Amino acid sequence: MRLSPTDWRNLTLSALALAFVACLPWLVGNYGLSIGVTIVMYTVLATSWALFSGPTHYISLATAAFFGVGTYVTGIGIEYLPYWTLLPLAGVIGAVLAALVGLATLRLSGVYFVIFTLGLAEFIRQVITWGQNVSGAKGIYVLTSITEAHIYWQLLGLAALVYLLGWAIGRSRLGFALRIIGDDEQVARHSGIHTARAKILLFLVPGSVAAITGAILAPRYVYIEPSLAFTPMLSFQVVIMALLGGTGRLWGPLVGVIPFTFLWEGISITVPNQTTLLLGVSFLVIVYLLPKGFVGLFGAIRRRMGSEGLV
Amino acid sequence: MDIIVTGLLLGGTYALIAMGLNLQYGMARIMNLANGEMLVAGGFAAFWFWTAAQVSPLLTVFIVAPVAFAANWLIYIVFLRPLVKRARSRGQLEVDSILTTFGLSFVSVGLMLAVFGGDYFSYSYLSFPVHILGDSYGANRVAAFVSAVIICGALWLWLDRSRAGLTIRAIAVAPDSARLVGIDVGKMAALAFALGGAVTATGGALISTFLTLDASTGVMFTLKALIIVIMGGVGDIRGTIIAALALGLLETFVATLIDPGLTLAAAYLLFVVILLVRPQGLFGRRTT
Repeated sequence: MRLSPTDWRNLTLSALALAFVACLPWLVGNYGLSIGVTIVMYTVLATSWALFSGPTHYISLATAAFFGVGTYVTGIGIEYLPYWTLLPLAGVIGAVLAALVGLATLRLSGVYFVIFTLGLAEFIRQVITWGQNVSGAKGIYVLTSITEAHIYWQLLGLAALVYLLGWAIGRSRLGFALRIIGDDEQVARHSGIHTARAKILLFLVPGSVAAITGAILAPRYVYIEPSLAFTPMLSFQVVIMALLGGTGRLWGPLVGVIPFTFLWEGISITVPNQTTLLLGVSFLVIVYLLPKGFVGLFGAIRRRMGSEGLV
Repeated sequence: MDIIVTGLLLGGTYALIAMGLNLQYGMARIMNLANGEMLVAGGFAAFWFWTAAQVSPLLTVFIVAPVAFAANWLIYIVFLRPLVKRARSRGQLEVDSILTTFGLSFVSVGLMLAVFGGDYFSYSYLSFPVHILGDSYGANRVAAFVSAVIICGALWLWLDRSRAGLTIRAIAVAPDSARLVGIDVGKMAALAFALGGAVTATGGALISTFLTLDASTGVMFTLKALIIVIMGGVGDIRGTIIAALALGLLETFVATLIDPGLTLAAAYLLFVVILLVRPQGLFGRRTT
């Protein structure tokens, strides 16, 4: 892979930006850091979500399922295995689960996929709850010496990985194939692209990334129970943030994550019962006002200014 | 034996709900994920009329149905018609309508939470036992089942025999050709969508006589209705009824023999099996 001068410049700038945000724990207080953790967590989830859903237009609501599985990997595994093995383990389990989901649904139309992924988190939650009722165990305590700052840095590392991966996929044959699938699946199939395989391969990314994110965040919850780990809200928030930012660019979801996190925090503190309403209104805003997200909006503004000779 | 009868009674009511969704998805081609909220709203209406004025839920249906019809017609005109117009492909419309109806679903959950609060609500109506084949069942379940059968039957007759029914089936099978023979596809789709909403709300009013609902249970019913519709075959009334009865039986079996907390998990497993074995539905024909 050969890198152009622009690539080098972008890489250097990204590394500098990463180094800067890594200093956050020393710059802000506890509340600021917890917002930081939330933002990086959703950046990781929404960006990896958009890597799959951007080009394929399949709306995945399985984030909560993968995330929950990841938290349980840490919750159960911490008793038996050293911590550093748990994150890759969660990634592998997430990828396997994603492959199974993909094999079952990605050959079919998008609607089946949405329903399947929506039900997945609920399915796993009911099964775990049932298992707990049978065995008599309730939740799991995750007691570690991992601090909020450690969680923050781990998530940041994961975010860097996701961005590198997205960048690499964009340059690869797989990325090229996916762009064609996104434009017209018929054309893609006729030009010899194995569309189902490409989609399944790509679906492994959000699956394993969400599972690793769950595994990283488990120590933050201290006490894990199914209704907390598999909360369906998470899936919807990720979808909204990614679409709000725009899935057309790698950095798009980030532009959605930051304002939405602050909005969500604000609403949760002032009128906690109306977060559902906020989710609903956001969906409508995305469909009717921002169909291409903020990224599309920036593009439209730049074009308009360009045509008027301002830029 | 009582499991089978209870399952069939539950399945009958499910059939009504799924029929509503099938009208919306199969005929109007809108995947309405806010369908369950329409059901809960119907249930709320029945609850409210019963507690405030002792109006029987079986009569409330006659108020709920026209109101839900009007509300769904408005939803179609205001929110969905612009999407149908701007969509360049079926896939685009699918994504847009999924996001929009999710939005509408959350908005209505939020509004219902604000108006009614997050409490469970139930009321006792016709809660005396009825004896069938030696076992006793709640009269409310039987009444709901009988009403569901009557409504499903009427709907089926209407779709199968009347001219309006024929037109609706035409737009379900071939929307483009339907336009060529002088059918106003937009108008008929709005009609099918509104009718579907009315049927689902009616189902909600009936189901509230024996199930406990709260503002956020809608999505459970949406999932179940979707599973039934896909299992029975999109746009297929006969398949929907059989799939609904099958789901009612399965849920009752799982709830009585294993654990009541696993009913949705069981429905989901059934869905997975259907997807893997017969993605076109029980009676559907392979299209591609």
